[in-house]
Amino acid sequence: MTIDRVALARRAETELAGALVETEVAGIRALLDPMGGMILPSLDMLVVSDLHLEKGSAFARRGMMLPPYDTLATLTLLSRLIVRHDPKIVVSLGDTFHDRVGAALMPVAFREMIAAMARGREWVWIAGNHDPDGVFGLPGISADSLCHGGLTFRHEPSAGPQAGEIAGHLHPAAIVTRREKSVRRACFATDGARLLMPAFGVTTGGLDLNHRAMTGLFNRPSLIAHLLGRDRIYSVRYGNLKS
Amino acid sequence: MAARHYLLAVNAIDSPPPRDGLPLLPAPFTGWFAEKGWQPRAHQLDLLARVSAGEDMLLIAPTGAGKTLAGFLPSLVSLTHRGRKKPGTAFTGIHTLYISPLKALAVDIERNLMKPVSEMGLPITIEGRTGDTPQGKRQRQKLNPPDILLTTPEQLALLIANGEGERFFKDLRYVVLDELHSLVTSKRGHLLSLGLARLRTLAPEMRAIGLSATVADPMELQRWLVPQGADEVRHAGLITVAGGAKPVITILGTEERVPWSGHSARYAMADVYAAIKEHRTTLLFVNTRSQAELLFQELWTINDDNLPIALHHGSLDVGQRRKVEAAMSENKLRAVVATSTLDLGIDWGDVDLVIHVGAPKGASRLAQRIGRSNHRMDEPSRAILVPANRFEVMECQAALDANYIGAQDTPPIGAGALDVLAQHVLGSACAAPFATEALYAEVTSALPYADLALDTFRQVIEFVATGGYALKTYERYARIRQTADGLWRVSNPQVAQQYRLNVGTIVESPMLNVRMVKRNARGAVGRGGMSLGKVEEYFTEMLSPGDTFLFSGKVLRFEGIRENECLVTQGFKLDPKVPAYAGGKFPLSTYLAAQVRDMLADPERRSHLPEQVRDWLSLQHAVSQLPRADELLIETFPRGQRHYMVAYAFEGRLAHQTLGMLLTRRLERMGLKPLGFVATDYALAIWALEDMGWAFQIRQPSLAALFDEDMLGDDLEAWLDESFLLKRTFRNCAVIAGLIDQRHPGQEKTGRQVTVSADLIYDVLRSHEPNHILMQATRNDAATGLLDIGRLGDMLARIKGHITHRALERISPLAVPIMLEIGREPVAGEAQDAVLAEAAEDLIEEALGVIPD
Repeated sequence: MTIDRVALARRAETELAGALVETEVAGIRALLDPMGGMILPSLDMLVVSDLHLEKGSAFARRGMMLPPYDTLATLTLLSRLIVRHDPKIVVSLGDTFHDRVGAALMPVAFREMIAAMARGREWVWIAGNHDPDGVFGLPGISADSLCHGGLTFRHEPSAGPQAGEIAGHLHPAAIVTRREKSVRRACFATDGARLLMPAFGVTTGGLDLNHRAMTGLFNRPSLIAHLLGRDRIYSVRYGNLKS
Repeated sequence: MAARHYLLAVNAIDSPPPRDGLPLLPAPFTGWFAEKGWQPRAHQLDLLARVSAGEDMLLIAPTGAGKTLAGFLPSLVSLTHRGRKKPGTAFTGIHTLYISPLKALAVDIERNLMKPVSEMGLPITIEGRTGDTPQGKRQRQKLNPPDILLTTPEQLALLIANGEGERFFKDLRYVVLDELHSLVTSKRGHLLSLGLARLRTLAPEMRAIGLSATVADPMELQRWLVPQGADEVRHAGLITVAGGAKPVITILGTEERVPWSGHSARYAMADVYAAIKEHRTTLLFVNTRSQAELLFQELWTINDDNLPIALHHGSLDVGQRRKVEAAMSENKLRAVVATSTLDLGIDWGDVDLVIHVGAPKGASRLAQRIGRSNHRMDEPSRAILVPANRFEVMECQAALDANYIGAQDTPPIGAGALDVLAQHVLGSACAAPFATEALYAEVTSALPYADLALDTFRQVIEFVATGGYALKTYERYARIRQTADGLWRVSNPQVAQQYRLNVGTIVESPMLNVRMVKRNARGAVGRGGMSLGKVEEYFTEMLSPGDTFLFSGKVLRFEGIRENECLVTQGFKLDPKVPAYAGGKFPLSTYLAAQVRDMLADPERRSHLPEQVRDWLSLQHAVSQLPRADELLIETFPRGQRHYMVAYAFEGRLAHQTLGMLLTRRLERMGLKPLGFVATDYALAIWALEDMGWAFQIRQPSLAALFDEDMLGDDLEAWLDESFLLKRTFRNCAVIAGLIDQRHPGQEKTGRQVTVSADLIYDVLRSHEPNHILMQATRNDAATGLLDIGRLGDMLARIKGHITHRALERISPLAVPIMLEIGREPVAGEAQDAVLAEAAEDLIEEALGVIPD
């Protein structure tokens, strides 16, 4: 369904990163990275969303022994992004952890990885529905939302058109159809006014742009899906998803 | 009806008198036989004698030979000697366990066994237990077990995982395994073999009685029935009964044109309907549920006489199915359209004709299905085969020949699956604490697991406990733990509960209940209404409100999804979308494939085919050639902007798909730019930008090199590494092994929020622990099932030095069916990014001012 982000995390350790795509949100320049993060050069800021760290452990606590490698893979990808762009501010747009106790129970090794990434930067943890209490014992500040540089950063998109809103939560994905063949990928979704971030965690699913939860969020004629490809971003206008 | 009862079809015509020294039947039996004017058959008494003497036995007999009565006779006699249980006696566990592959068969046997038992006034209690048995009755059965319990493999697994299993089975004397040839195959057979091993531990005196139709290799079944030792080959005794009257089978003769491809057989409806009118009761079999829906609807469109024609398949509501079965046994129906749920030895009413629509694929399946009509050995069965396309005409002819010569192909039992073992290990822990060595000894006494290494077994236990990962972070969440005494115990009661919800080896995609609702005057959808059955969730997700589809024989209008229900109203359209069910497409069996190849090569056999098929083949002979028996014919030709290559391998769809994957990789490497391929049961077609025919002629590459067996080495490894096919296999393994939960009705509301994608787990394991026990299970599965590598390997060895190439200027007649299949396959792997790139080009063109069309 979505691209194999675990393999991507592995490759990211050695290979060159993919090309960025430039777009604008509420008149502010944004660069989209195929690894799943967004750079706002004017704010020197990196935005990622829906990391869902410790998802494997959350399931293991309920008797489902999922592989314990998701946190490491997600953090590897994130650290690669940070090394590449060296941002002054990092914003994690909520659902950083898969459940409320995830942050408290995360092994020390992962905690140290995050601390190393945060060194010399500001870090903002926006609360999400999975982790409404924010994070524990990690550098940076927790907040319900953030207004900065003419943009509003929050986890769940608010109803109706909202110029300048950057949100996550919905895990947007799109299906491209050409010559009777279909491909589904996670995507950044923007109509130029607001932007929805793809889920960054390696074990997260996606929700189609046609899903009713997306209704009313975008001005569809100007909506573009920026799909995460292997080493580049594929930008397809909403109306052109189906050939 | 009573006189036609097949259990008791014991008229004396072909039975020699009983041998001396046989145990006498108790008085109620001899009296009852005398009253009916019957006498027991030799094989029935033979089996009674040998089982009573302590042997495990396999009885092989054709349908209608009184096989089931034979299987139960040792129990009935033993229980008659015992007499009725006196009130107040100590708890007595069940005496006999009967296991059938189908719920419906268990229900049917209960009905048929009760009759002689009550007529003889035997002091025996008989009850069924299936997934449909109400909770209250199940509880009661545990407290007060019947003498004979009729059930399915899944229910057995649940019973032995229960803490009271030991008590329940301690008095077990006999296990009767009906339709053994179909019980032992696949993962379900693996689970059952482990259950049987457990029963032998609980009741060492227990004897197994297997009942089977004719099979190619009885010894395998004989070994399956008894515990295997480390260094001796042990097997059960064997009694074989020779076949009865030969069935009368014909291929539908028709004036209509048989289509080139497709599976609907729409062309034959008028002829099929005419055949139904000429017979008392007709059973119509198809290979998939969607075909059943379609056929049922087509028949009703032309049912001018309003004949009572019913539909029966596994997705229908259980109440609906029971209604059809009851009407069937009361002879109220003229025809029933069915899939494999009605398969095997079930006998209902006076069926005098079986019609099989579509190719029968495996010869043994055909024999099984033909056995349905006229369940009496001395009267021939009648059957009509209806091929849906021209290749199926040949396949039907081959199956027809196979049935006459009595050849049966049964899928091999195979090495025990590790995911099934994981499920059994968890079940064992739920029943009682176990020691590694003791359970290992029990498990390896089951034939499929006889060669299991102790080390692998330990890995499976680790997997059950904490997931078995190299990174040990889940110790504190372990499901089972080894305590100081060395025994493994479940950590908490929720583990057992989770096990019970996930037992079984048949993994269905998530299902939604289909409920018929009404719209009120304001157009709002009401609540309540009749439940029609279940459809796969992915299917409903494709629908938009207002779409129509065919289900339960009705055209339904999709209204929406509410919780775990798919709401529908009466649709008033005639051209619905047909449900696309997963699975159900059987590949062509090795035996039939050989027969079809042989038929193409042999002018004498071809002459028996219908005229339009003969004409088609003659035309092929004129412009190209017909493939010879032990040869691989390759045709190449250009069409449009592309170059095609068709290989007529006749090895079944799965093996062809694998071959296609591997060949396209090789062609790509050789610079021939393959674009895609399509596989059918009969052939494989590959298309490319470069002229493959020319390349083969100048031997760059030569066909011998292209089809060399070494493709099953590195090329296969490399492909598996990036293949999407394995993900589907992995999902099944993960569910069966208990890594992810099977979803259940009623749980969907919360289930949706806690499910995790099996694809993602697969990605993680592939990248971090490629040798994880579940990855091993997945690769084993793929090699035998989905990829059919064994069969492909056999073919590559067989055709070595026997490849014939025909470079044609245009498409050949034989290639037409497969060429019509092109364009229906989804894209996988690397080509995905190509699709995206093309889509992105559109945006660039738009940006440059090119107006898209």
